[in-house]
Amino acid sequence: MNKNTTPVLQLTGICKRFAGIVALNNVALSVRAGEVMALIGENGAGKSTLVKTLTGIYRPDEGSIELAGQPIKFASAQDAMRAGVTAVHQETVMFDELTVAENIYVGRQPCKGVSGRIDWIKIEAEAEKLFARLEVNLPVRARVKDLSVAQRHFVEIARALSQDARVVILDEPTASLSQREIHELYRIIGQLRAAGTAIIFITHKFDEIFAVADRYTVLRDGQFIAEGAIADVTESELVALMVGRTVKQAYPKANVIPGEVLLEVKNLCHPTEFDNVSFSLRRGEILGFYGLVGAGRSEVMHAIFGLSPAARGTVRLDGKEICVGCAADAIKHGIAYVPEDRQHQGAHLSLPIMQNITLPILSRVGFFLRGRRAQEIAIARHYAEQLELKAAHLTQNVSELSGGNQQKVVLGKWLATNPKVIILDEPTKGIDIGSKAAVHRFIGELVSKGLSVILVSSELPEVMGLADRIVVMHQGRIEHTYAREDATPENIVAAASGCALPLEECV
Amino acid sequence: MKALLKMREVQLALCTVALTILVGTRAPVFVTGASLANLLTDSTLLVMLALTQMLVIVTRGVDLSVASSLALAGMMSALLASRFPELPLPLVMLAAVAIGLLLGLINGYLIGYLDLAPIVVTLGTMSVYRGLVFVLSGGAWVSSHQMPADFIAFPLARLFGVTHLVWIAALTVLAAWFVAKYSRFGRDLYAIGNEPFSARYVGIPIASRLMWTYGLSGAMAGLCGYLWVARYAVAYTEIAYGFEFTVIAACVIGGISIAGGSGTVAGAVLGGLFLAVIGNALPVVKVSPFWQSALTGVVILTAVLINARGGRPIGRQILPLHLNKSNATGSAA
Repeated sequence: MNKNTTPVLQLTGICKRFAGIVALNNVALSVRAGEVMALIGENGAGKSTLVKTLTGIYRPDEGSIELAGQPIKFASAQDAMRAGVTAVHQETVMFDELTVAENIYVGRQPCKGVSGRIDWIKIEAEAEKLFARLEVNLPVRARVKDLSVAQRHFVEIARALSQDARVVILDEPTASLSQREIHELYRIIGQLRAAGTAIIFITHKFDEIFAVADRYTVLRDGQFIAEGAIADVTESELVALMVGRTVKQAYPKANVIPGEVLLEVKNLCHPTEFDNVSFSLRRGEILGFYGLVGAGRSEVMHAIFGLSPAARGTVRLDGKEICVGCAADAIKHGIAYVPEDRQHQGAHLSLPIMQNITLPILSRVGFFLRGRRAQEIAIARHYAEQLELKAAHLTQNVSELSGGNQQKVVLGKWLATNPKVIILDEPTKGIDIGSKAAVHRFIGELVSKGLSVILVSSELPEVMGLADRIVVMHQGRIEHTYAREDATPENIVAAASGCALPLEECV
Repeated sequence: MKALLKMREVQLALCTVALTILVGTRAPVFVTGASLANLLTDSTLLVMLALTQMLVIVTRGVDLSVASSLALAGMMSALLASRFPELPLPLVMLAAVAIGLLLGLINGYLIGYLDLAPIVVTLGTMSVYRGLVFVLSGGAWVSSHQMPADFIAFPLARLFGVTHLVWIAALTVLAAWFVAKYSRFGRDLYAIGNEPFSARYVGIPIASRLMWTYGLSGAMAGLCGYLWVARYAVAYTEIAYGFEFTVIAACVIGGISIAGGSGTVAGAVLGGLFLAVIGNALPVVKVSPFWQSALTGVVILTAVLINARGGRPIGRQILPLHLNKSNATGSAA
């Protein structure tokens, strides 16, 4: 391990804005050769944006990137690659139908001869060599679609190695690996480090940080928070740096005493997405679901709403077991689901507000247009007023509204079905603060009317501020359920990372 | 051996041979040398167009304008040859290819650089190019006596006993095979079709690749335009009307996935040959022409069914994977 004093890669004052939203604000990061830098932060802290800036996919609005002391600008992903900065992305960059060897060299296959034909023999031989170096056994002619997630990661690492990368960025590489595969990965990271490669390791898991990293950089809300050596810091200090805010903000928690159990989910299982999920929801309760992105929360909600035919388990509503085969069944039983992806799954953007709101209850409104018109308008107006919708008129297309108002239309649509249980999946994602507050207030009103709410959110303050109980999921399983008074940011974040801090609470 | 039999191309080849033999038992005249050679010549244009269409489909696109481009380039080359009979034939052919290339590049620019949907763009240009055929010809035919003799004679003239058409088709098969397997251009198309976003991550110039893919499809349509007009010794406004669907059908039968990312040259060739066999066999075994189109459709649907049969994933992989399953194939240790 050679510890040079000049960093291989140094970022200073990086700012990145998207349509007025600040994603990165004055972020600094530096990493030396033969060093593993852990980049830590909550969901939405700006880690992925930073990676995309580093690999030339985004261009920073301000700030400078220096590579080995030289200022550099990446115009494209290829620029960054050529300069020796490569990333193993969270969502793997893989081509299913191509072979392992070709995936390593895709876009820059070595050619030979006057015809410039691709040298397949060389590609396969080099791929074999790379895997030998990594001490991983992978058939280079296999198609990537037949590989496991871990094997795909190894292919990506081999790709990074094949480019003689000076800086390798690993963006949550262990998210879906087994324990043994993770150890394999650690060994490879050790190899890279010994060879003098600088590594930026992005993860939520503290055991990993302490196992492999030399230094850490903490981001929060797009801001640089702290940097230092791993040896000088403890786990709880890191958690505090990550969370770092006083959580009990002005969240209008409605004073509703939850009643009897309304919805009971038992032993909900799915072959690949989640396992043994059981929880209950009481009347007038807000049940928060927290977890890392991709922990399986939305998938569980899809199963409850009948969108996941492979799921098994029992769902009881009002003590009676219900069988939900499709979304129409769920709606009939009084379950409503407001999906995360508002643009594609939630709203019909090119339809007017009125028709969006009455879409799920059309059969109730009646078949013939004549009588329907007035009734549709009345229903739509009722919910638009209740939700403080800001729109010129009810026949305006939803696509013309702001994100927050679109979300209100989707909420109105599901309220019109008169649900008993309403599942809100990331209801405030990507909407402005004003609309956010309106949505929060509205959630309070819902429960005071006797509805029960499941609130899936990746925003810790939101979950902690609104929910009566918090279910924390990790890798498709329920890690822990906290009552409101027991929940602290530290133990929730820790549970979401797979290690509940107070060890005795871990099952 | 078993693995070989599982390959779609081998299955399709066996099907084609079996079909030919089956028709031969009913009508022995079908399997004579002359008849088979004729069949091969008949299939060439379809095979050639299927090759470039395959490249387009691999990128998740479709080129509906091929038949119209073919007609426009064919008509222009016929008009050129009849106005200027002294023009050397290679120049006329080159003109046809250049016209086709230009028409294809227009598609490609709209799809690659302006990011418009391929089906919409080529549907539009399909009408535009076909309309231009009417405009240029004034609706009139260019018949065989208006064209120079060598212009007409070339496609069916023989070299070593094989028609020029078959030679040209063989060369394009070789070229397409090289492009698809051994050129960066070709491999990039597969990458684009597989995962367009990932393709950007690894730095593939998607827009220019797409533009030249449609350019190639157009150039091939241009070449086939000349060959078609010369072979049938007539150019009229409805040349190859609806032929784009036959070409796409050949690709689908050849196992080229409409979803993009997979497909082989052998598949495109065999798909074209299979359709040619059906087209030539049905009249021989006296199937009514009214039934031919319906039967072809049934074949296409069968091919799509077989394609769709492949296993779809049940969901995202969120639960931690277990060792025994995933590592069984990977590590020998």
